[in-house]
Amino acid sequence: MAIAEHGAIEAAGATETNYLNNGYGLKSWLLTKDHKRIAVLYMISISIFFAIGGVFAGLIRLELLTPQGDLAHSDTYNKLFSMHGIIMIFFFLVPSIPATLGNFLLPIMIGAKDLAFPRINLLSWYVYVAAGILGTVAVIGGGVDTGWTFYTPYSSTYSNSNVLIVGFAAFLAGFSSILTGLNFVVTVHTMRAPGMTWFRLPLFVWAHYATSLIMLLGTPVIAITLVLLMLERAFGFGFFDPRLGGDPVLFQHLFWFYSHPAVYIMILPSMGVMSEMVACISRKRVFGYEFVAFSSVAIAILGFLVWGHHMFVSGQSTYAGMVFSVITFLVAVPSAIKTFNWAATMYKGSIVYTTPMFYVMSYFGLFLIGGLTGLFLSNMGLDIHLHDTYFVVAHFHYIMVGGQVVGYLGGMHFWWPKITGKKYPELLAKIAACMVFLGFNLTFFPQFILGYMGMPRRYHVYPDEFQILNVASTLGASVLAIGYLLPAIYLIWSLIKGPKSEQNPWGAKGLEWEKAASPPTTFNFDKTPVVTEEAYAYGPIEEH
Amino acid sequence: MQTDFPLFPEQASSYAHQVDALYFATVALCLFFATLVTVLVVVFAIKYRRKSPDEVPRQIAGHLGLELFWTAIPLVLAMGMFVWATVVYFHLVTPPTNTLEMYVVGKQWMWKLQHPEGKREINELHVPLGQPVRLTMTSEDVIHSFYIPAFRIKKDVLPGRYTSLWFEPTKVGQYHLFCAEYCGTEHSRMIGLVHVMEPKDYENWLTGGVANEPMEVAGQRLFEQYACHTCHKMDGQGRGPSLIGVFGKSVALQNGSSVVVNEAYIRESVLTPAAKVVAGYQPIMPTFKGQVSEEGIMQLIAYIKSLKSVN
Amino acid sequence: MAEHVDDHHGHPHGLAHQFEDMPQQKESALLGMWSFLVTEILFFGGYFATYLYYRSQYPLAFYEGSHELDILLGGINTVILIFSSFTMAMAVHKSHSGDKNGILMFLAFTLILGTAFLVIKYFEYMAKIEHGLVPGLVWHPHGDHSPNLALYFSLYFGMTGMHALHMIIGAGLLIWLMVKTARGTYTAEYNAPIEIFGLYWHFVDIVWIFLFPLLYLLGRH
Ligand code: HEA
Ligand code: HEA
Ligand code: HEC
Ligand code: CUA
Ligand SMILES: [Cu+2]
Repeated sequence: MAIAEHGAIEAAGATETNYLNNGYGLKSWLLTKDHKRIAVLYMISISIFFAIGGVFAGLIRLELLTPQGDLAHSDTYNKLFSMHGIIMIFFFLVPSIPATLGNFLLPIMIGAKDLAFPRINLLSWYVYVAAGILGTVAVIGGGVDTGWTFYTPYSSTYSNSNVLIVGFAAFLAGFSSILTGLNFVVTVHTMRAPGMTWFRLPLFVWAHYATSLIMLLGTPVIAITLVLLMLERAFGFGFFDPRLGGDPVLFQHLFWFYSHPAVYIMILPSMGVMSEMVACISRKRVFGYEFVAFSSVAIAILGFLVWGHHMFVSGQSTYAGMVFSVITFLVAVPSAIKTFNWAATMYKGSIVYTTPMFYVMSYFGLFLIGGLTGLFLSNMGLDIHLHDTYFVVAHFHYIMVGGQVVGYLGGMHFWWPKITGKKYPELLAKIAACMVFLGFNLTFFPQFILGYMGMPRRYHVYPDEFQILNVASTLGASVLAIGYLLPAIYLIWSLIKGPKSEQNPWGAKGLEWEKAASPPTTFNFDKTPVVTEEAYAYGPIEEH
Repeated sequence: MQTDFPLFPEQASSYAHQVDALYFATVALCLFFATLVTVLVVVFAIKYRRKSPDEVPRQIAGHLGLELFWTAIPLVLAMGMFVWATVVYFHLVTPPTNTLEMYVVGKQWMWKLQHPEGKREINELHVPLGQPVRLTMTSEDVIHSFYIPAFRIKKDVLPGRYTSLWFEPTKVGQYHLFCAEYCGTEHSRMIGLVHVMEPKDYENWLTGGVANEPMEVAGQRLFEQYACHTCHKMDGQGRGPSLIGVFGKSVALQNGSSVVVNEAYIRESVLTPAAKVVAGYQPIMPTFKGQVSEEGIMQLIAYIKSLKSVN
Repeated sequence: MAEHVDDHHGHPHGLAHQFEDMPQQKESALLGMWSFLVTEILFFGGYFATYLYYRSQYPLAFYEGSHELDILLGGINTVILIFSSFTMAMAVHKSHSGDKNGILMFLAFTLILGTAFLVIKYFEYMAKIEHGLVPGLVWHPHGDHSPNLALYFSLYFGMTGMHALHMIIGAGLLIWLMVKTARGTYTAEYNAPIEIFGLYWHFVDIVWIFLFPLLYLLGRH
């Protein structure tokens, strides 16, 4: 974006104060209201939870090496996958991109000094931490064994694990994401810099706007659902247990009313990252900007109407199933639009082989497989067979890990120089990106085959004929683990010892690159920027 | 069962090949799109790689025609897939009329099955080849799910209500039976075997072993044991309505509505009689909640089903 | 919702650093509160959906249940809340002119009415406990009753309890606002906190306006 005035930042000396060196003590971090520091706090905390969830995943895969279930007792295994799912979803993936990259970049991208409510932003982190501590206490105190879906009446009556504490922790985590969503919605509406019209917003902002809408509209429903569950479990109020007069399927409706839209909370942000990175590595305006922007909103809206596709075999009526199925097919179309537009952006571009480019390619491959296998599941004829098998497990790992986590890692590499002002070792980063791609496919592709063969999920004892594919999957997971550990190591190295990066190492467009220092100053800009250009105007834009 | 390293499940029901056809079509479609996009981006990445550091490509904003094109194509294909899938699904929810009725009760962590002739099984199900079978299922505790991969069928089994499932086995052999809905500690051991047998082997199997009362006889015994017959007299002169020939019929209720007598309604009448009161009768029937087991109720149902009008 | 930072160089009183000017700050605060209320609507929406579903399934239980409630106390509470909405609106009105005493007086009225509501609710709850109408905890309803009566009372306590929790939070915020007002924080220019709290209070009232007919009146003769 061409900005009214230039120079001030480039001219500044090497010791300029920025958000990182503006105050050092622990207090200056824990009481900060700076969205960038809060983003960093979030990065640290979600990384911890990712590591914990990853360790659980590792143990799951180890147990599944042999069909007898000899490593862990059934109860232990049940707790492993439950806590793996709960931690990965509520404590890692939902906040992953929005609370870190989103928090850091959204105000800068629209030319604001901060989010609209900095204190609420900090509050959301504290609520998240409180939830995390509660969750950890529950894990140490024996864990929970309901699966991340908390289906009743098992969770409300039969399970004898820490359902109450974990339910409350998930409730709190939801509250934290409501606060983030609220902040983003208001900020995008009221804090845009002069000249930053809606259709000049970077697509990253559009994606986060759509995500925030889902957080605002969906999360309260899971909150109330968990409240009902806790009331039933704690006091014996009957809502879902048929013995108390309730209906267990109602819980599933309420749960998925949030949790399906929530899966789009877990993909839209990475679609935003993808749009930014594709434009930058191709040095080209994103093809069909409006279509990409509106498809985010379309996904957010349609996503609220498809929850029943998780319940095709639950005994819901045939016609309800049909309606949910057809809308699910519809909601796949906006994703298709995005995919084709990204591909078209690369057409006749000027493509550079940097680390973010590796992640872009990886995202194409993995998101595509994840999304396309969603079509097998939205399809009632096939889902009857595939429901609750490893096919579903493979589907959502492809889309959540292959989509959102790859997007998150890619985004971290892309904006790392902006966030820290440092460079990382390119070659290592590329190797890690390749290991994630290969390891990932080796881990989860065999699970599609297992699923179609009929291996149910949440099984730690399984028939012998499934073993070979399971061994392959475990092997892949170890490659994957190294692929994740590598960035953890070299990024920390870069933080301490890495060479300094220039303000805009990629020659990218966007206020965060062109107008803010690396790392940015506390209030982001010396002077409120005035925007006079479309997004991604790498050259004069040709209309068709 | 199969080779040591199978990559595809066996097809052992009339429904399986329909599902597999749909599956392969979907695989083909997805493969097409996956290949298309992958080839495109790889070719673009190579062909348009950056040749000089200050190269700036033409900025093409978009193309309405293209956008419509790649919105419409997936839309049409997706709708096509939906129609096909729904046709296949309808096959599953419309059982033929000549089915063999069997009863399934799931509990943590076993399957209890009963044949109409009274034979009971645990974690095993014997069925004759080529004979459509319909299962009426319920659970004593949490939600389970009855899953036979080789038949490509699955249905949740819920406490407090009945669900049903049907299949027609087409291949003799032994197949896995899994519980597919997570139900607690031994969920992964809530498994069993389905034996598909030649009809005459099935007959031998049925008559062999310990003799069992047929379901309806057991039901009749319960009917007397719980003194149902003192109110539900056959001649309709008792304090309760006669139950002869009611199954499948519509009954008028006190509140003016009506209800079709099916499994769920009989179950409700036994457990919470006051919920739906038959027109012309007092709500005096006591509840049998806690006294009669889920299997007992299924036997009572089988008995009431068998009460055809004689004249 | 609004942020207050110590005044520095030429910033108007009460303008937080991230905003350019007062109108932007106020617009943000209002939009923030409205967004929050939308999430609240969906939060209670979960309850209402559950209510509607079970009511359609077990009309009898809901009919019996509503007869167990004290329509007089419920009615008085409804009037109290409507009146408190009025006093709250007056407090907001006074805040526009920065009339410190006026604001204080109407906030105090609102607080008193809110507390009265909670006290009456307390007596209603005690009566239910005495009659053994708390599912799971003290459940021994006398006489013939529908098997699903417990479901009705689960919903009754769940819904009114959640509403009461919102009232308690509201009362706490009221006290906080009164302290701030007494200290002279709010002026004719800077009064957004009172205005957005007013939105919250009206929302909580409106929830009750829905709860009262659904739980007390419907199905009664
Ligand atoms: C980030 C998370 C995420 C995302 C984005 C999605 C996206 C999709 N999901 Fe997925 N899903 C999950 C996470 C996610 N899912 C999880 C966690 C579960 C399991 C929960 C549990 O039980 O534990 C699940 C389960 C699940 C089920 C239930 C399965 C079952 O339990 O039986 C279904 C069924 O319809 C489904 C469908 C879809 C579809 C159609 C999409 C679509 O949005 C995908 C759209 C994308 C594409 C289609 C690819 C790009 C398009 C093209 C290249 C063009 C070609 C397209 C056409 C021809 C249409 N998913
Ligand atoms: C964000 C979501 C997320 C992520 C990232 C993952 C990641 C992984 N998952 Fe997870 N998974 C879920 C969400 C996720 N999963 C959910 C929701 C379920 C369903 C639960 C349920 O049924 O209720 C599930 C279930 C599930 C199962 C099925 C269990 C069953 O049904 O019996 C399996 C089995 O293989 C599995 C494996 C893996 C593996 C191998 C990874 C790998 O990608 C993980 C590899 C990572 C590591 C091995 C960690 C190593 C790295 C570090 C320790 C360094 C990190 C440190 C820093 C960053 C500082 N997962
Ligand atoms: C004290 C008398 C009494 C006993 C004992 C009794 N019933 Fe009933 N039953 C009634 C009456 C009266 C009705 C009709 C009113 C109603 O629907 O509640 C009825 C209705 C029914 C219905 C619904 C019939 C219809 O035509 O719709 C069924 C089914 C039924 N009973 C089954 C049973 C079974 C099975 C038992 C024993 C386990 C049993 N009853 C024991 C009195 C009795
Ligand atoms: Cu029964 Cu799983
Ligand atoms: Cu979904």
